[in-house]
Amino acid sequence: MYRRKYLQIIGLVAAVVGVQLAASFTNTTHHLTQLTMTGYYSLVIVGLCLLMGYAGQISLGHAGFFAIGGYISAFLTTYNLLPYKDRMFVSLIAKTGMLVNRRELYGNEALNFHPWAACIIAVLSAMVIAYVIGRPVLKLKGHYLAMATLGFGIIVYRIVLGTESLGAADGISDMPGFVLFPGLEISGKSSLRIRNYYVAWGLVIISVILLVNLIHSRIGRALRAIHGAEDAADAMGINTAKYKLNIFVLSAVFAAIGGVFLTHYNGGIGPSEASIMKSVRYVAIVAIGGMANLWGALIMGSILNFLSLRGYLGSYDDALFGVILIVIMLFAPEGLISRDIIGNIRALFHKSPAKGPL
Amino acid sequence: MNIELFFQYIVAGVTYGTIYAIVAIGFNIIYNATGIINFAQGEFVMLGGMTAVSLSTFMPLPSAIISAVVIVMIIGALIEVLFIRWLTNPSVLRMIIITIGLSILIREIALFIWGEGVRALPYFTGTSVTTLSVGDVHISPQVLWATGISAVTVIALNLFFNYTLLGRQMRACSSNRNAARLCGINTRNMVTLSFTLSAGIGALGGCVVSPMTYVQYDSGTGLAIKGFTVAILGGLGNSMAAVAAGMLLGILESFSIWIMPTAYKDVISISILLGMLFIKPSGLFGSAETSRLKDF
Repeated sequence: MYRRKYLQIIGLVAAVVGVQLAASFTNTTHHLTQLTMTGYYSLVIVGLCLLMGYAGQISLGHAGFFAIGGYISAFLTTYNLLPYKDRMFVSLIAKTGMLVNRRELYGNEALNFHPWAACIIAVLSAMVIAYVIGRPVLKLKGHYLAMATLGFGIIVYRIVLGTESLGAADGISDMPGFVLFPGLEISGKSSLRIRNYYVAWGLVIISVILLVNLIHSRIGRALRAIHGAEDAADAMGINTAKYKLNIFVLSAVFAAIGGVFLTHYNGGIGPSEASIMKSVRYVAIVAIGGMANLWGALIMGSILNFLSLRGYLGSYDDALFGVILIVIMLFAPEGLISRDIIGNIRALFHKSPAKGPL
Repeated sequence: MNIELFFQYIVAGVTYGTIYAIVAIGFNIIYNATGIINFAQGEFVMLGGMTAVSLSTFMPLPSAIISAVVIVMIIGALIEVLFIRWLTNPSVLRMIIITIGLSILIREIALFIWGEGVRALPYFTGTSVTTLSVGDVHISPQVLWATGISAVTVIALNLFFNYTLLGRQMRACSSNRNAARLCGINTRNMVTLSFTLSAGIGALGGCVVSPMTYVQYDSGTGLAIKGFTVAILGGLGNSMAAVAAGMLLGILESFSIWIMPTAYKDVISISILLGMLFIKPSGLFGSAETSRLKDF
């Protein structure tokens, strides 16, 4: 059991390194740009997989958390505080060392939040929002839960779309790079492509290790019990409400981190990142991967996001996701990468005569 | 604010409220028959409007509308037969995802057929500038058409569910499916019928409001969300309450423009939805006693 767990992670590391080497040898490092973005989306997906597959709670609003992370860090690192330098609040923040002076694109002085400070504030905000929203929302089930999370996503989308200081329909652009530490900067410069690829997938690997350990712990077993039968789990003494809320917050944090990093990598963010279609897409990928199947979600997510980002799916992008959702849910609700799939297909074609008294 | 403006806002609110109520009734019919929420409900409205616009180029308006409604009803029935009928005991999560997938698919097909353009049916009587004036309040005749046709639809539905054998069978099926089956009702056909009916009502709504609100390939999603808000607000499954809740939400929205920018209009209605879900998920008109027996 444990050996298999580590073998899988070693496999992931090998795949990440292998893809980079293959890209470098075949001179197709430009593919790494999309792969880096895919990596950040994968963070959202593994988080959502934990929530949907293991805790059994659907969320149609995860793009909202992604956007909260992205937008807050984008806003804080680009909003010029120089005119307010002498206000008490701003000078207080400046004393804590969270602000940096920098030169904007056209040479103007600007006083912004340091990307690290912005990142931490963004992730903490997502956490708090997830906690506040999650408490009442997770009491709901089924359609009500789906609709409440969808509603949350739409509210975030409408707010970023309608707010002038968040760039309205244009979003925020011209963000500075995020210097993690000297020598390692997250930005879209092509010279930093390989490093950024490893930052993104390094984060994915760390999250996967975290989640795999979580799933194989007492918490993971409790979650599966909740998924199986919530009332039964409750009766066994599992604090279902607490577990559900914690997992919701955790998955929101994953989404927000993905949002922060991808926004820095792209140098900006637009309202489409918060749209319902994005949330649906995340759900679709988790469903295709097989709900309670972290590896399935990761593999399918990487493939589909990469294809979609490279533009291979053309204008049929959304339609394809719709078809995939329907087909998977009709024929293989356990996901594509599952042991039962062949049996399912076989069962479909060989309808055995009904057994039993009916 | 003067009294004329006040009434003008009310009229605008009622107009939108009618549309929301129609979508909500569509939700409720399917929900009652199957216990699932059809996330593609808004797409029926869009399909109705779009089909009628296309048909109206070569046939008179009334027959275009009727044919559009019939076509969408057939589509609704087909969807049920192809995607829903043969699933045995699907989980709620599975049904949510399937209907979301359907809504995306229908939208993309509509984009493929009709493009991104915004379309509208001609006004049923007069033109876009014709108004009936009551005092200083101006009402477009189309508003009267929309509210009138919706009212007739709601009354007809009520009669159907209460006084016809088929309607009673559908109600029996919704209150206890197994018992209905034991009484010899073909519950599967009732589900198909509910999809057909709900598609037809959605399509009719789409035709009636399209002169005022226009239709576009993606206008279904927004309507579905509003319709769902209204359905929840009234209490899921209760069609008459949905009408009241629809008016309420429409009027609230039209007054919200007063205090907040229009861009945030949706934020208001969805905040109402969330608030309702948190405080009283059984809806404004749902009884607390029956809701204790239900799972929210």
